Amino acid sequence: MTQPVLSVRNLEVEFATRRATLRAINGVSFDIAKGEVLGVVGESGAGKSVTGLAVIGLIDPPGRISGGQIELSGTRIDQLPPEEIRRVRGKRIGMIFQDPLTSLNPLYRIGDQIIETIRTHTSLSESAARQRAIDLLAEVGIPAPEKRIDGYPHEFSGGMRQRVVIALAICAEPELIIADEPTTALDVSVQAQIIALIKRLGRDHGTAVMLVTHDMGVIAETCDRVAVMYSGRIAEIGPVQDVVRNPLHPYAKGLMGAIPTLAGEDKRLVQIPGSMPRLSAIPPGCPFNPRCALAFDRCRVERPEPVRHGAQSVACHLFEPAKETAA
Amino acid sequence: MLAFTLRRILQAIGVMLAVGVIAFAMFRFAGDPVNQMVSIDTSAAQRAEIRHSLGLDDPVLVQFAHYFINALQFKFGVSYQFRLPVSSLLAERMPATLELAICATLLAMVAGILMGVYSALRRDTILAKLFQAVSLIGISLPTFLIGILLIYLFAVTLGWLPSFGRGEVVKLGWWSTGLLTVSGWKAIIMPAITLGLFQMTLIMRLVRAEMLEVLRTDYIRFARARGLTTRAIHFGHALKNTLVPVITVAGLQFGSVIAFSIITETVFQWPGMGLLFVQAVQNVDIPIMAAYLLMVSLIFVTINLVVDILYTVVDPRLRATVSRAT
Repeated sequence: MTQPVLSVRNLEVEFATRRATLRAINGVSFDIAKGEVLGVVGESGAGKSVTGLAVIGLIDPPGRISGGQIELSGTRIDQLPPEEIRRVRGKRIGMIFQDPLTSLNPLYRIGDQIIETIRTHTSLSESAARQRAIDLLAEVGIPAPEKRIDGYPHEFSGGMRQRVVIALAICAEPELIIADEPTTALDVSVQAQIIALIKRLGRDHGTAVMLVTHDMGVIAETCDRVAVMYSGRIAEIGPVQDVVRNPLHPYAKGLMGAIPTLAGEDKRLVQIPGSMPRLSAIPPGCPFNPRCALAFDRCRVERPEPVRHGAQSVACHLFEPAKETAA
Repeated sequence: MLAFTLRRILQAIGVMLAVGVIAFAMFRFAGDPVNQMVSIDTSAAQRAEIRHSLGLDDPVLVQFAHYFINALQFKFGVSYQFRLPVSSLLAERMPATLELAICATLLAMVAGILMGVYSALRRDTILAKLFQAVSLIGISLPTFLIGILLIYLFAVTLGWLPSFGRGEVVKLGWWSTGLLTVSGWKAIIMPAITLGLFQMTLIMRLVRAEMLEVLRTDYIRFARARGLTTRAIHFGHALKNTLVPVITVAGLQFGSVIAFSIITETVFQWPGMGLLFVQAVQNVDIPIMAAYLLMVSLIFVTINLVVDILYTVVDPRLRATVSRAT
């Protein structure tokens, strides 16, 4: 197997608050290969975004990475000094945030923001960087880029701004793009274009993509593999068809059951009762046990470790490594 | 853009007209100036003659028209106490006040922005906390007290700086400046600090609050995710966004600095317009008071205009709204 672009092992992120230290991410492991799109889904607060921020080294105090390791193409990046991780950000990892309306500095021309980023990471001259910025804008589908480059962010629509944000994220040809809910703030019609764009860029440049979203439709359409997060852990991870068609973890089952289908008969959507525990009150054992219909005694005391099950990996006591063949 | 500027100028003229009416009204309602100018044993005939020579017995509308036409040509009548044209009195005093106000404002802006940025970026350092504490004192202590304390310390106890006056001045045409002589510089230090301290603490607190606000925004987070240097983020992206509200406040405060230099000028016996005004109030010298009112409002209105135009230079979003609206 070739070396993955991103390899996260047993990542732990803690936030020290006045009362207690809260663990937002607890033992998360996953890999993303070159050209692969990994979707990360889960409810709000499951730790999807924090995982993305941890990878790019933007966890701000009082938060910190308290355990595990993150490797980018074989080099460890979670313990780099600030100046070196800064050089990784934007150059080797590009990030796209949720809201394109607020991601761009309103007082600077978009061209200046792109040129600034290019010149931070490369030794291109001002004019060469400008040409590259125009090419980038053309690549992300901005019409008349040589004119639009001198526009200010407020002169662009939401979808166009997200394209500019994507151009900014890829301007140094990163190995990995982390897209944190890139379509949530956009119109449905624009969402599809942006998703198609991210997918195309990943394919054309062989970039690995970590796509954080809570939109299962986006996941099914875009991703190669998907990780379902719950309460700071990965409940299930595997190829997207398997996880969507045949989810193993009761939580993943619940998530998939909550997707409306057009073809569906008048079936009621299944909902998962209750809500995710707060970080300060995660129950012992499996964090999902209070909401799980299938929970038994062991779930309340022992934390399930991820086990392989076919191409999928699932953290649930219902699936024992020993029973793998039987199931 | 041009239409916007023109509209603002028209508004400014409207404001000045209103102020002109108020200034003129002072002549009608602030007592009889003749009584102030003459002694008790002046005869009624002599009083009437003075009244006539000053034009005080004309009908109100005629007086207003006179006043208005003269004011447009910067003729504000003759001072009752000095028997000199008010405009030349003001022209003589204005350089002193403007120099003091500009020095105070520059001091306030440079020190205020530096301290504000520092205390926003290094929030937890001792120095930042010290700035915060000192700024509280600056905001709450009255100006005259600070002036007197400075005089006590640096003029009386240490004897380093003069306690009053402008020092030696050099004439540059009609403008007299104290900034070309050592004694002039020495003389301006304490009044400028006294006058600028409040503005400085205000700007410092404003910059700190705005900067903290800006540093939390998405575009700063995105700028960090793009791997820009801390320097570029703090002093390029964050500071520029911080300065938009700072420009307004600093601009408007410049007007207040001129208007309220009265106290500082009194404490330091600074020969500026403020001191002239205080003397005018004591002697019911209405032409000076009215002219001063007009001058200060003219300065305020002009600054407002400049600030509005500056805004659109800094913030491209306003440029768009402005051109769309006109």
